[in-house]
Amino acid sequence: MPNEIILTRRAFAAGLAVTAAALALPLPAQALTADQARSLVDKTVADINSIINSGKSEGAMLGDFERLFARYADVPAIARSVLGPAARQASKAQLSAYTKAFQGYISRKYGRRFREFIGGRIEVADARKVKSFYEVISTAHLKGEAPFEVRWHVSDKSGKSLFFNIIIEGVNMLASERTEMGALLDQRGGDLDRLIKDLARL
Amino acid sequence: MGLKNSFTSGRRRVGLLAVLTMQAGLAGCAGAPGPDGINDPYEATNRKVHAFNRGVDRALVGPAAEGYGSVVPEPVQRVVGNVADTLDLPGDIANNLLQLRIADAGQNSLRLTMNLIFGIGGLFDFSTAIGLPGKPTDFGETLHVWGVGEGVYVELPFAGPSTARDAAGMAVDVVLNPVRLALPDKEATAATVLKLFSRLGDRNRYSDTIDSILYESADSYAQARLLYLQNRRFELGQEAGAAEGAGDEGFIDPYEDPYAE
Repeated sequence: MPNEIILTRRAFAAGLAVTAAALALPLPAQALTADQARSLVDKTVADINSIINSGKSEGAMLGDFERLFARYADVPAIARSVLGPAARQASKAQLSAYTKAFQGYISRKYGRRFREFIGGRIEVADARKVKSFYEVISTAHLKGEAPFEVRWHVSDKSGKSLFFNIIIEGVNMLASERTEMGALLDQRGGDLDRLIKDLARL
Repeated sequence: MGLKNSFTSGRRRVGLLAVLTMQAGLAGCAGAPGPDGINDPYEATNRKVHAFNRGVDRALVGPAAEGYGSVVPEPVQRVVGNVADTLDLPGDIANNLLQLRIADAGQNSLRLTMNLIFGIGGLFDFSTAIGLPGKPTDFGETLHVWGVGEGVYVELPFAGPSTARDAAGMAVDVVLNPVRLALPDKEATAATVLKLFSRLGDRNRYSDTIDSILYESADSYAQARLLYLQNRRFELGQEAGAAEGAGDEGFIDPYEDPYAE
């Protein structure tokens, strides 16, 4: 009897310790708050700006953009979603090769366009919860342009808070890339392996 | 974008076009958008028009815009753009009023007055400089406010991506433009020419974006269609959307994807 009581007390103490530790540590899941979503976008924007202002060659900048994309965006989820129905039939190996090719392709495609941001800035205004994710609303001020709205969709379903979509004046990156990837796949008669090979050169 | 409004033709031809697009609009109001939010039953015809527009851009509009951009100094381009915008304001105000958006009508009227007086007849965009940006609108938006649905997607020759509703709206805007109606023929033509130059300026300014859609994407027709519809819906839903659930329409959840696994 006394032993049992001691055990219970120990268990209780251990339980307290675990709870305290859990409270002190940010939990990977369920912990995403508007502030965290905001700060992810803040960091992304700061990194974009520092890449643009680094004065590096375009090739080096594109490499930096790819690292940035891999760090702040949920590349596997984006890649799979963009591939659409074909992702279902793909083998594991194909899907991972495709995801890798996609990461380079998308970084080059948007990286080339980030030059338009030179001398501009993005102001993060607001973050709010929508359904299962957070939407961060920002305004882009580019040189000689009327300010326009950029929305970032941020989720922590991957286990980390990462963005999975960008919406510029209503134009949805995921939707646009889905259309593009579908057309690229059609052009190759639905041959995913050819698409993977070609993405590296696009 | 850059292909918009290439109506150089006389009023009679524009009138005919208006009637035709109205009919197309009425005929095209049937049908609902698919699960992807796209209602494009005339895709085959639209694709032919798109190929034509692309040819026009490649052979004429694109090179002309590039020439315009390199020959005409930037400050002059800006002045051309400003005057063209100022000439649009009376039409915008009329539409603001038809939409019962009195605040927008007030802002555009104030803008018109300021730019005419302090911007020396609209040469300079004084209003934007002091934080009074334009509230551009069109009769397509007025129809939307009146409850007209967007109808089918159409790609118009020269004018580019549109919908049945927006095409009808564009025709009305051209025919009933207060500036055109108020100005004598010669000046009205001059205003149209000026607007065309302003469009060339836009085509040149956004050439990276336009080129990437028209010439670098795998399916430029589908890209242009998606871009137009998404951006147009964003423009039209902006006021209502700002309050609640603005991002919902375009929301794709890659984590609960029907495609995943």
